[in-house]
Amino acid sequence: MTLAVTNLTIARGGLPVLADVSFVLETGQALILRGPNGVGKTTLLRTIAGLQPSLNGTVAGAQDQIAYAAHSDGLKAMLSVTENLTFWAEVFGQSDISHALKAFELENLSDRLAGTLSAGQKRRLGLARLLVTGRPIWVLDEPTVSLDTASVTMFAAAVVAHLNSGGMALIATHIDLGIEQASLLDLTPFIALNDVAMGSSDEEFL
Amino acid sequence: MKALLIRDIRLAVRAGGGFGLGLAFFLIVIVMVPFAVGADTELLSKIAPGVLWIGALLACLLSLDRLLALDFEDGTLDLLATAPLPFEAALSVKSLAHWITTGLPLVIAAPVLGVLMNLPTQCYGWLVLSLLLGTPALSVIGTFGAALTVGIKRGGLLLSLLVLPLYVPTLIFGAESARRGAVGADVSTPMLLLAGISAAAIALMPFASAAVLKVNLR
Repeated sequence: MTLAVTNLTIARGGLPVLADVSFVLETGQALILRGPNGVGKTTLLRTIAGLQPSLNGTVAGAQDQIAYAAHSDGLKAMLSVTENLTFWAEVFGQSDISHALKAFELENLSDRLAGTLSAGQKRRLGLARLLVTGRPIWVLDEPTVSLDTASVTMFAAAVVAHLNSGGMALIATHIDLGIEQASLLDLTPFIALNDVAMGSSDEEFL
Repeated sequence: MKALLIRDIRLAVRAGGGFGLGLAFFLIVIVMVPFAVGADTELLSKIAPGVLWIGALLACLLSLDRLLALDFEDGTLDLLATAPLPFEAALSVKSLAHWITTGLPLVIAAPVLGVLMNLPTQCYGWLVLSLLLGTPALSVIGTFGAALTVGIKRGGLLLSLLVLPLYVPTLIFGAESARRGAVGADVSTPMLLLAGISAAAIALMPFASAAVLKVNLR
């Protein structure tokens, strides 16, 4: 299985931010996206996840394969940890959540309401959601925010296990996760020149 | 889909979920009307079907801004958009959950409140039937309004302004059905039109809601 991104040009708020981004991700590989704030990491990930249209270029192999996780985890404060996870498992047609609880050491918290968890615990629950989707391509936007060192190791282990079982991962992060299979992609060379394509999306629309 | 329905209903009935908000509003409005209008039982029974319908409609409107805004803020909508469930189906289910937690309690409470309004006896059945047919349309049209305004902070005013005109046909035929039922006239024409509006709204609105929500999620 392959995720192929070809000549992708993406826009945020109608202005192009990255142009001609191309890369190929094969089974068992991970790609770490790097770049300064505002370079368009989130926009790129959202475009690949199909949440927003691209200006140009193609994303192949992503349809119905992506588990997306961003700054907000889609957790409900008034549902317990188990209820939150079970819900997402059922949405993705899965039923088993025990391995996800185990991977992120949430077993002891399983009956607590998500609203009573700490920020790091919430984040772990949000990442555990990836395991219950059963999707092969993980698209993660700053997954380690508010995680402590031990939890980051836990997360890196989960990513490695996922890669070894035939998954892929596309991660935007500023810290070194220590994942051997991962290659780095610096987005700085792809920054779009804003003056050329101003309003092009509107013209296309008309 | 079942999981989403169960989750939405569970969230609504838990603390802070807003279940009962619409119902309490409906109750308060209808209880207030006899005080405001006076003890003229004849007048009350004359305006009862219309007032009950307006009360139900406004109660429904009150709960709309929570329908999608909470799921938008915590990222659930982004995740649902990437889930295998078609987005249209997810929004239909959310409308259904809204109807079960808001519309259905109104339908059940209406005959009880009808007593306060001195509603004519022969009208009870027609009132309940008209609300039963009309409130699903209020929920799906409301979902569309909520989808349009989801990214806007404090979008409640805009939501009301957008949705109220769309509610007018439902109100006209719903209240007309109940009114005709009260005076013992033939209710079939407005009732059929009401059912038609509901059927069309249920069939078409989820597609419109999903389309605008996808644009709003960008």
